[in-house]
Amino acid sequence: MNPDNVKIKVENLKKDFGHLKVLQGVSTGIYEGEVVVVIGPSGSGKSTFLRCLNQLEEVTEGRIIIDGQDITDPKTDINKLRERVGMVFQHFNLFNNMNVLRNLMLAPVDLKQCGKEEAKARALTMLERVGLQDKINAFPHQLSGGQKQRVAIARSLCMKSDIILFDEPTSALDPEMVGEVLDVMKELAREGMTMVVVTHEMGFAREVANRVLFMSDGSILEEGTPEEVFGNPQNPRTRDFLNKVL
Amino acid sequence: MIDIFNKYGTILMTAMGQTLLLALYGLFFACIIGLIVGIMSVLKNKFCRGFALVFVNLIRGVPMIVLAYFIFFGIPFLCNSIMKIGGVTLTALQAGTICLALNCGAYMAEIIRAGIQSVDIGQMEAARSLGLPYWRAMQRVILPQAIRTMIPSIINQFIITLKDTSILSVIGFPELVNTAKNVVAATFLSFQTWGIVAVMYLIVILLLQWAAKVLERRLKYESR
Repeated sequence: MNPDNVKIKVENLKKDFGHLKVLQGVSTGIYEGEVVVVIGPSGSGKSTFLRCLNQLEEVTEGRIIIDGQDITDPKTDINKLRERVGMVFQHFNLFNNMNVLRNLMLAPVDLKQCGKEEAKARALTMLERVGLQDKINAFPHQLSGGQKQRVAIARSLCMKSDIILFDEPTSALDPEMVGEVLDVMKELAREGMTMVVVTHEMGFAREVANRVLFMSDGSILEEGTPEEVFGNPQNPRTRDFLNKVL
Repeated sequence: MIDIFNKYGTILMTAMGQTLLLALYGLFFACIIGLIVGIMSVLKNKFCRGFALVFVNLIRGVPMIVLAYFIFFGIPFLCNSIMKIGGVTLTALQAGTICLALNCGAYMAEIIRAGIQSVDIGQMEAARSLGLPYWRAMQRVILPQAIRTMIPSIINQFIITLKDTSILSVIGFPELVNTAKNVVAATFLSFQTWGIVAVMYLIVILLLQWAAKVLERRLKYESR
């Protein structure tokens, strides 16, 4: 982690869906290479917060600044930004009409990041990193959930993103497959990737997170190191939540 | 029956050719209209969605025979007698093509809209989150998947439209039904003539269905 460089700065972020106020003023900063884990009860706005960070949700109010660039400014080229901010979804969302290799090559080639040869080389490297180099020709429906999620992570890596957002990456997996995905994520964290992870895996949060955010009702109620948040939670809501899940 | 076919076979075959020609023109433009209107109906833009909604409901709410009369007689009358532009005429083929294209296009638009909406929203989100622009994502990820679910409905619509060309006998286009009427008028042999016509339609449609099955199977293998 590099505490001199704030990678993502979130200022008073608000998001409404009609009358429903999902985010009610969230502010935080995420450093380069930091692993931030967001926990909280369902419906607390964790996923919405994450989806605002790459503008899958338009924000209602507030600013998000990534590498000095205000991404809520309508003039920002949001597609260019998304090339650097990868996202991994709960339901994997591999492109069902393509095999693994084409899933990985599509965006780099289509967006002219590199030529086909280079994209293929990248794809093979990334697949090796997630331990699936033998699956290049498989279609998504032929893979297990854990394998799909590892391919999805490799797909983000192929864009050479320097930030990856994880939206409950293990929630849709069978229990025996959670480990293989978390291992890949731990490896990424060790290599210095900036990661924002929404998850219910408290063990992962404890072991890997530099900082834990506890969200409830659209705001961050508590944040700190895993030792602080898990060991000595200050807010009664945090204590209540942790009592239920631990 | 054999006699009729020996004597009028060439005429009826030519008429079938005209039917197929009209259907082909109609379907070609219907596909274009259907794709444009179908995509408009899934866009965020309110104007596009509104236009698509009005178009589809308008066309679906009017019987095709009325649409045919309206285009063939009504439009030239509007231009020549009411707006005094003068010299506007439509051939039966032109009017028939417009009529089929509008009618079939509206139904195709609904098929395409439903097909696009049947693709999980996560596919679009994943494509966008990689930095692909909306239209690229549509083209590379959404439409190829939507097509697969749309194929059976599209073939069904093709068959309906092929049969609907018979309605255009009312504006004097020399397609199969119109020609058969003339044969009956000349021979009074309605049972034999209409029997032959029915079999001719049946053969063409069965061939179309068979081709569709082959296509469907191939698409399935390629993309599964």
